[in-house]
Amino acid sequence: MNAALQTDLDPRDRGGPAQPLLLVDSLRKHFPVRGGILNRQVATVQAVDDVSFSVQKGETLGIVGESGCGKSTTARLLMRLMEPDAGEVVFDGDPVGARRGIPVSEMRRQMQMVFQDSYTSLNPRMTMVESIAYAPRMHGLGRREAYDRAERLLGRVGLNPRQFARRYPHEMSGGQRQRVNIARALALEPRLVILDEAVAALDKSVEAQVLNLLEELKQSLNLTYLFISHDLNVVEYMSDRVMVMYLGRVVESGPVASIYRHPRHPYTRALFASKPTLDPDRRTTEMPLTGDPPNPINPPSGCRFRTRCAFAQPRCAEQVPMLGAPLAGDAPPSHIVACHIPEAQAPMRHTIEVGHA
Amino acid sequence: MPDGTMMGPVLRVEDLTVRFVRRDTDVAAVNGVNFALNAGETLTILGESGSGKSVSLKAMMGLLPAYAKLSGKIWLNGQEMLSRSEAELARMRGGAISMIFQEPMAALDPVYTIGEQIAETIVQHEGCSRDAAWKRALDRLEQVKIPSAARRLKNFPHEMSGGMRQRAMIALALACSPSVLLADEPTTALDVTVQIQILLLLRQLQQELGMAIVFVTHDVGAAAEISDRVAVMYAGRLVETGTTREVMKHPMHPYTRGLLASTVHGGVRGHRLETIPGSPPNLACLPPGCAFAPRCRHAVEACRREEIPAVATESGAMARCLRVQALVPA
Repeated sequence: MNAALQTDLDPRDRGGPAQPLLLVDSLRKHFPVRGGILNRQVATVQAVDDVSFSVQKGETLGIVGESGCGKSTTARLLMRLMEPDAGEVVFDGDPVGARRGIPVSEMRRQMQMVFQDSYTSLNPRMTMVESIAYAPRMHGLGRREAYDRAERLLGRVGLNPRQFARRYPHEMSGGQRQRVNIARALALEPRLVILDEAVAALDKSVEAQVLNLLEELKQSLNLTYLFISHDLNVVEYMSDRVMVMYLGRVVESGPVASIYRHPRHPYTRALFASKPTLDPDRRTTEMPLTGDPPNPINPPSGCRFRTRCAFAQPRCAEQVPMLGAPLAGDAPPSHIVACHIPEAQAPMRHTIEVGHA
Repeated sequence: MPDGTMMGPVLRVEDLTVRFVRRDTDVAAVNGVNFALNAGETLTILGESGSGKSVSLKAMMGLLPAYAKLSGKIWLNGQEMLSRSEAELARMRGGAISMIFQEPMAALDPVYTIGEQIAETIVQHEGCSRDAAWKRALDRLEQVKIPSAARRLKNFPHEMSGGMRQRAMIALALACSPSVLLADEPTTALDVTVQIQILLLLRQLQQELGMAIVFVTHDVGAAAEISDRVAVMYAGRLVETGTTREVMKHPMHPYTRGLLASTVHGGVRGHRLETIPGSPPNLACLPPGCAFAPRCRHAVEACRREEIPAVATESGAMARCLRVQALVPA
C-alpha cells in the first residue's frame, strides 16, 4: 500500500479536515415509465428527489430505508453509474464533472463501491488477482506492480494470496468473495468507499467477520465510508451519523446516538419499532405501521409519509416538509427532521434494547 | 380444522437423513434430525445457509428431487409420510400440510388470479362446489388482512405489492386448514416494517386455526418474535433445541453461543464483534465427530472422534456437545 495513505495527512487532502469529503446538493433522479402502443412516457418514478447531505472526512455515514427509498440509486448517482437529472456533487471541494472541478474518472479513483451480490460483481472468467489488479492496470500501473498490489490486498482482507490468488469466483464462499470485492474496491487507494448492502447477503457469523474487517481497514487506511443498509442494527453498529430515507427523500438525519435514542420523524419511529426484539420476553405486540410503502411512481403530494402517518394533517398534503431542527424537544443541532407536526416529533421513551447474554 | 382432541404430536420427525447422491458427489445435507411438534406450537429451525434447514422442510413436504436419498420417519397426524406414493403425497400437500416460501412470486402462478388459485386448491382437496370454494377464498383473504379482499381475489400476483403477495400466499397455504404449516424464510425478502406485520399475522392465524408451524430462518430476531421452541441447525444436525427463552438467553452449544454473539444488536456499538472463525464444513466430506469441532474454541480430542450424543437437560432442552457440563454452569 501507499505509505502516505497510512498517515493521517493524505497528500490528496485539499481543504483540511473540516471540509466535507463529499457534499451532495439537491440530487435528483426521475425515471420515465413508458407504456402504451406509442411507448410514450406515462409516469415517472421519483427515485431520488432533492437529496442533500455531506460526509465528513473519516466518518461513516449510514443510510437506512426500505426498498424503493432511493438509497441504492443515490449510491449509483454518486459513482456516476447513472447521470443525475439535477444536483451537484462536490468531492473534497471540487465539483464532480464540472469544468472547474475534477473529472469523473479521477473521482472514481478516489471513490469506490462494494455491491450486495458478491458473485455478480466479479467477472467469472477472471481469477482473484486479475480482478483486483484490473482497475490499477487500467489506470496505468504496470502488470508486475498491479499483481503485487493485488496479492498484498488479498492478504490485507484476510485471504492467503498463495491459496486464493488463482481461484475463480465460483471456487469461493460468499464471505470470501465479498472480501475480494472489498480488496478490489481498495485497489485504487480510494478515500471514500460506498458499501451498498455489502453484508446483506452474508450469514450472521460471516457478516460479523466482514464488519470487523471493514472497521480495521477504515482505521488503518484512513477511509471514509458511506454505509447503505436496510439492517438497522448493522447501521447503528457501523455509523457515526445516520440518514433515514423514505420514497426518494431524506426524512431525518443526525448523530447515530441521537437518532437511535430519540427518533423524531414518525417514519423513523415506526421503522425502529418494527425491528425484531431478540428478546422473547419482550415481543412486539402491535404493528407499528400497516401496509407496504407506496409505489414511488406518483408518490403522495407534500410529505410522502402522510398516507401511513398517524399524525397527518391537511397541511402535510399541501407542503413538502423541509429538513430542519426538530419542532419539539432538545436535539443536537446536527439532528434534523422533515416533518410539519410538533406532536409527531415530541420526544418519547424509546425502548432501549437489552442485549442477550 | 385440526382437532386438539388428537393425542400426541401432529408432526413427528425421527432420524431424518437426506443425501444428495450423484455420479461424483455425495452430499450429506441432513444427518439425523429428530423433533416432535404439537398442535398450536411453533418450532423455529435456526441455521445459516447450507445447514440443511430448507432441505429438511422440503423432505417433509415430499418436494425433493428423485436423486435425493431419504431415510428416517416422518409422521403427520399419525400417518407415515416417506413411504407414501406420489399420489397420496399430492393429496396431503396443500391439505393436511402446506408450505410458504421466501419468494411469493415464484410460489404463485402468474397466469391465474389469486382467487382462482385458492379456489382451485379447495375444490381439488375437498371436492366442494366452486361457489363454496370462492366464498372460502374470500374468507381467507380477509383473514390474512388484505384490504378490499373481494376486489383482490380478481388480482393477478403481479398486480400486488410484495407484502400483499406474501399474505396472498399465506391465504393459499391455509386454504384447506392444514394441521402443519411449513414456512421457509417467509419474511427474509421483506422490508422491516412489513416483516413484523407478517410475523404478527402468522402468530394470530395460528391462534385462530390452531395449526403447528415449522418456521425456518437464519434471522435470530424473527425467531425470537415467533417461536415457542427453537432448534439450532448446523451441518445437517440439530445441535441444540429448547424453548425460545432457553436457547436465546442461556445457549448451551458453542455454535449457538457464537451465532448469538456475532449477531449485531443495539448493545454492541463500539465493541469489536465476536465472530466464529472459519466457515461451515463442506457437506460432501463432513469431518468425523462434531461437525463444529474445527471452528470450536472448546473442542477436545474426543470431539473429533465419534458422533456426539445429545445431552438433555431436566427441562427438556437438548445440546449435542460433549463439553456442555464444562461450559454451562449448572
